[in-house]
Amino acid sequence: MPRLGADMTAGKLVKWLKRPGERIKRGDIIAIVETDKANVDVESFLEGALEKILVQPGDERLPVGTPLALIRTEAGAEPAAPAAVAAQAAPRVAVPTADAASAMVPPATVAPAAVAPAAVPPRVVPTPVPPAAAGERARISPAARNRALELRIDPATLTGTGPQGRITLADVERAAQAAPANTADTRQLRMREAIASAMARSKREIPHYYLACTIDLGRALAWLAERNAGRAVTGRLIYAVLLIKAAALALREVPELNGFWIDNRARQSEAIHAGIAISLRGGGLVAPALHHADRQSLDDLMRGFQDLVKRARAWSLKSSEVSDPTVTITSLGERGVESVFGIITPPQLALVGFGTPLERPWVVGGQVAVRPLITATLSGDHRATDGHRGALYLAAVDRLLQQPEEL
Amino acid sequence: MNDDDIRVRVIKTLCEIVPELEPRNLKPAVSLRDQLDIDSMDFLNFLIALHQEFGVDVPESDAGKLGSVDACVDYLAQALRPLAQT
Repeated sequence: MPRLGADMTAGKLVKWLKRPGERIKRGDIIAIVETDKANVDVESFLEGALEKILVQPGDERLPVGTPLALIRTEAGAEPAAPAAVAAQAAPRVAVPTADAASAMVPPATVAPAAVAPAAVPPRVVPTPVPPAAAGERARISPAARNRALELRIDPATLTGTGPQGRITLADVERAAQAAPANTADTRQLRMREAIASAMARSKREIPHYYLACTIDLGRALAWLAERNAGRAVTGRLIYAVLLIKAAALALREVPELNGFWIDNRARQSEAIHAGIAISLRGGGLVAPALHHADRQSLDDLMRGFQDLVKRARAWSLKSSEVSDPTVTITSLGERGVESVFGIITPPQLALVGFGTPLERPWVVGGQVAVRPLITATLSGDHRATDGHRGALYLAAVDRLLQQPEEL
Repeated sequence: MNDDDIRVRVIKTLCEIVPELEPRNLKPAVSLRDQLDIDSMDFLNFLIALHQEFGVDVPESDAGKLGSVDACVDYLAQALRPLAQT
């Protein structure tokens, strides 16, 4: 079970899309996993053949790191280890997932983004069920206890049907079915927990510094209006795409803001994968990646952004999109918010925020003029960078937005 | 196509953009952005969906004229009139 985002602790296997024996290329979608935030298409990190499926789809939430399948790689060419051994002994025939791949493939072959999630410290599982008393331990099987924890069922409320009234897995499942959870509510709850866990960790571990800078967006908006004027509705851009491109390009100038904090040191990422914060209807948010945002044309970014929003809101994302972001960009610019001082998504190093463009008096060439101004902010990890570098970054964003035709 | 037909199709199109929308709760004269919490991406997608539904490509300069359901119906009725007569 891959860690699909820093805040993921467990996932459900929804479906296999490959069969044993089938060839697998890097990037092939091999399975669908339901996380707290989306149904994610899991892409293979490896080339090879699907040797064996270890876990069948089901309702069980599998902890991150659970082996799901064995892939025979070209280099490995070893017989697949038995499932039980595979689960304990990190087999050389690897599971095609971000976490597993990083542990099992020589580091040189693993993209930095793939390494990052593996560095996430042990997860904190919410424990709504109080720990059992010593005498109670005998009355419930370990599997049933884990499942009850997953389902938020207090074992003390169950009647066991096993030997000596022992509570079995079947008892827990029966209780869960008797009180079916509202799927949407459960998802909301889980998403809230995932966000809570990641954000609490961020505030606990990352010494944030915050910077803000006012940017005159007049040129960019005028350029955009002119560009959109002659275009069919399907070919238009929204201003957020200019902000994303400028934020991504500026990272080339201050690359130490782009990457991860792993093992007590910053690791820059050469690729700039912008995690775009997308609010979901009904609450919650995700920040999947627009890959290589600095290299894409504005039209490509717009198409990618539209597609990402659509799929995020339909709970359908790809594993690379949820695992790869090297920085997060958030825009709360639709409802009059002037500025956003965001919380960094661990283990990333920075978060870039934009408020609403508001018409304000501004001095241009010695004259007061009414201009659309936007506040750009940077939340930086002070372990990795200092305010001075952060200030250079925001200055670069400003400069780039003054030349929208160059974006 | 009369105004009522247009209204039904406008609301159907809106439901594609805002899946949780209850049509009976929709206030036809009130701003869509205010009552449905839609952002600029949603609004652009709404214009694209209207284009697919009605074949009307709303120019950027006219986007502000489609702020409410009533406004959409008025705008589309006018835009469709010459098409219907040809």
